[in-house]
Amino acid sequence: MSNTAITAITMPKWGLSMVEGKVIEWLVEENTTIAVGDEIMDIETEKIANTFEALDSGVLKRKVAEPDQSLPIGALLGVLAESNISDEDIDAFIKDFQANYTPPEIQEGEESETSYAWVEIDDYRIRYLRMGVDKRNIILIHGFGGDLDRWLFTQGPLSANASVYSLDLPGHGQSTKTIRDGSVAAMASLVTKFMDHVGIDHAHLVGHSLGGAIALQTTINDPDKVDALSLIATAGIGVEINGSYISGFVQAESRREIKPLLQQLVGDPSLINRNLIDDILKYKRLDGVTEALEIIATEFIDRDQQTIDFRNHLASLSIPVHVIWGSADQIIPASHAKNLPGNVNVDVLEGFGHLVQVEAAGEVNKLLQG
Amino acid sequence: MGRKILYQDAINEALDQEMARDDSVIVMGEDVVGGTGASGEMDAWGGVLGVTKGLYGKYGNRIMDSPISESALVGAAVGAAATGMRPVCELMFIDFMGVCFDQIYNQAAKFRYMFGGKATTPVVIRTMYGAGFRAAAQHSQCLYNIFTHVPGLKVVMPSSPYDAKGLLIQAIRDDDPVIFCEHKALYATEGDVPEESYAIPFGEANIVREGDDVTIVALGRMVRFATKAAEALVADGINCEIVDPRTSSPLDEETILESVEATGRLVVVDESNPRCSMATDISSLVSQKGFSSLQAPIEMVTAPHTPVPFSGALEDLYIPSPDKIEAAVRKTAAYGN
Amino acid sequence: MATNLSIEDLLDAYRTMRTIREFEERVHVEFAKGGIPGFVHLYAGEEASATGVCMNLKEDDYIASNHRGHGHCIAKGVEVTGMMSEIYGRGSGTCHGKGGSMHIADLDVGMMGANGIVGGGPPLVCGAGLTAKLRGKGNIALAFFGDGASNQGTTLESMNLATVWKLPVVFVAENNGYAEATASSWSVSCKDISKRAAGFGMPGTTIDGHDFFAVHEATRAAVERARSGGGPSLIECKLDRFFGHFEGDNQKYREPNEVKTIREENDCIKRFSDTITNDSDITVGDLATIDREVKILIDDAVEKAITGTDPEPDKLLTDVYIRY
Repeated sequence: MSNTAITAITMPKWGLSMVEGKVIEWLVEENTTIAVGDEIMDIETEKIANTFEALDSGVLKRKVAEPDQSLPIGALLGVLAESNISDEDIDAFIKDFQANYTPPEIQEGEESETSYAWVEIDDYRIRYLRMGVDKRNIILIHGFGGDLDRWLFTQGPLSANASVYSLDLPGHGQSTKTIRDGSVAAMASLVTKFMDHVGIDHAHLVGHSLGGAIALQTTINDPDKVDALSLIATAGIGVEINGSYISGFVQAESRREIKPLLQQLVGDPSLINRNLIDDILKYKRLDGVTEALEIIATEFIDRDQQTIDFRNHLASLSIPVHVIWGSADQIIPASHAKNLPGNVNVDVLEGFGHLVQVEAAGEVNKLLQG
Repeated sequence: MGRKILYQDAINEALDQEMARDDSVIVMGEDVVGGTGASGEMDAWGGVLGVTKGLYGKYGNRIMDSPISESALVGAAVGAAATGMRPVCELMFIDFMGVCFDQIYNQAAKFRYMFGGKATTPVVIRTMYGAGFRAAAQHSQCLYNIFTHVPGLKVVMPSSPYDAKGLLIQAIRDDDPVIFCEHKALYATEGDVPEESYAIPFGEANIVREGDDVTIVALGRMVRFATKAAEALVADGINCEIVDPRTSSPLDEETILESVEATGRLVVVDESNPRCSMATDISSLVSQKGFSSLQAPIEMVTAPHTPVPFSGALEDLYIPSPDKIEAAVRKTAAYGN
Repeated sequence: MATNLSIEDLLDAYRTMRTIREFEERVHVEFAKGGIPGFVHLYAGEEASATGVCMNLKEDDYIASNHRGHGHCIAKGVEVTGMMSEIYGRGSGTCHGKGGSMHIADLDVGMMGANGIVGGGPPLVCGAGLTAKLRGKGNIALAFFGDGASNQGTTLESMNLATVWKLPVVFVAENNGYAEATASSWSVSCKDISKRAAGFGMPGTTIDGHDFFAVHEATRAAVERARSGGGPSLIECKLDRFFGHFEGDNQKYREPNEVKTIREENDCIKRFSDTITNDSDITVGDLATIDREVKILIDDAVEKAITGTDPEPDKLLTDVYIRY
């Protein structure tokens, strides 16, 4: 090998999978004479932190890499040379090296994350998401087998002029899956505690399906905490419910089993795409979910009948109450929106299914804001 | 979903959570701890690529280094499984199956059947496969098809961190012997993985991408390559559906057949050699049971019928590339048009 | 220095050891610079073993090696320029770039291959010994394997078979203290691997593998026994590796100063050169001349490897079969 007067110190390759290393610190000063094997730098990789020993000898003319810098293998760390080499020559060497150096290819990874928060309530770790800052508070409560993502198209628009919270109920989403008491009463008391923990004195509650029943129960328990109530395709104000959907959802393990069930949630079955199915399967596979859903289901339904009924409480509520339904709901029939007391506002949206706030997000958002 | 972790950390987490959950789960292999009996640190390696790192500190003697004795190691795991433990045994490179295959295919795979249904052998054999590291002919092979051939074994090859964790947990909880094949090139790939435990059932393919024009069935690392090819083909108006079987045994035949029924065209991508491979197996499946759906001959993109060469120049030609997948898709898409 | 080796023999031995050392130290440096692909396992520190053993072998004797095979190749006479090019994956490499560091082989000089499978070599050596015996040409076969392979069924089965068939075979266990990251003091169930020989009905001996003369003498006796129809023997060389299991190994399983101490106190080449410059007419200057020549040889090999060309694409499909 030819002995050039100037030598590059480059990021070493430690092990097969190393693509880059992070400079921890230099262990030698500039203008030190270095022999092969001298410890010159501490480098950290994904798996290994280690001391880099000189592979060549010479005077350390220039430190190029700085502490905390992450560099791909082969990247220039410093320059060794004989002592009589001029700074200009070193500069030229560095310029030339950098111009010719191409880092090894690594795959791209993108980051864009919503930031969730968690609160500890009793034994539960509850995930929630807050959007918007305003004096008005809105809390969105999802239904059976759902999670805060059911409000994907709701929460953003509502947050334009309100502080909007959505949460994962116990046994759902990313909240704790081990459930002691799956009753609507227990969930309602959890919503109250959630408000206390997060510091919400009073709020407009929006509940979907089972979440509607929970919102109703919360209102009945603590009327002072609730400004208004919006109940979307709600449980708890009628008897009938699609029991085979519920038991099928609890038992389903595969895409083939769950897809036709999910298609019952919407008026237009093509809305049930691969991503939604995948997300629900991913949730369903989590340890404890099947058991949690079974516990919750037994508490509010018995085969094709709901075992909770708050219909008689509606007339006595002194806050605005709004019931919204899709006419094509195959889970809880839209007929439950009929013959409600006069203080209840009712909107039935033609052609939409149980997930009306997803399927007809624009219209539902308008109703919620109106 | 949120949290992104590496494929190898997903495997580590699955082992960790299952060891915490069930004290019959034990881990054994060559240098899965690393440093046993030596003068320096224990857990110096945590597996040759660090996949089992940290488990020793948590579980002590439930993770064991083995002498380099693959027959005895794998056989001991099989024996322990048949007598009440749930061993996860690491066969460092899939190529080393050559040393210990008897214990896998004459013993573990056949106990249940030979013994009239009286044996349960919940052993998991984790093993690294795949080319791309200039590791030459004895450390680069894709031999999952050989295990797939053997009745009594389940064979798994996760293509993403999410699948790696969920399929490994399923493998550990599964009562049958499972060969769990990890592609070296996937270890450093990142993806969304829930912190909680979850099991992905075997025999359920993942539809990685939906499309109407051509079905690509791809396995392991090839799923990523197929995705790359599919993304490039969009510009030409060709929409590929990518099906990742996730397990080659059991094989989700229905999802493959349903997809081909919709597209009429099939490209199978398999990093292994072409003869008696997953590529021929899936092609045969579709020509037998989906013949009437086909509008074009099936295309296979595989390695050639050669050992894995060392030289990078040759190895890069050996491995099926996104370019080759793209060409195969174009060919089948153009057929009859 | 009790030896009947000539000055030329001693200088040859020195040259071989130096060549191995220089080769491995350069591979270490070039690997770290990123020029060398794949897995590389270095033999530096163990030179006295390969050299002392192979000096007893003729060109038509066979050796089988393992993943740490560069030293065995050089000692058996494989040409270093081709080896270095092979390690770089070049078309001009010993195996035309298709084998790499772990699979260097040259049957023309009796080198049956480095091996990626631990315990892969000993059975092959039984076969080579069988050929030698049946052809009656007086050649023999010898297996180098590590402490790790001493625990493989294939190795133990081979020792049994070699005795049963009375094969002209020598087993050389190079016990460098570690199978990958695991200590042999733990993983080998008896104190000395050589103790296992008794169970297979063959002589076994453990020697200091840092001592060229001890290695040479032990092998001489075993090779003589094999050539004269006496059957197999087992030699265990206890020695040390200067580098990790593979390049990139953090070696945290070794005490921080372990390698430094070994290099300072038990470098087999230092020991050998001290002995021969004290006890023979060989001078430090003679050795320095060899050092320079070796350096030129290795520099040239690296230069050729770096500037060499990759195999032609069509070579991917060749040499799978002889005819197909």
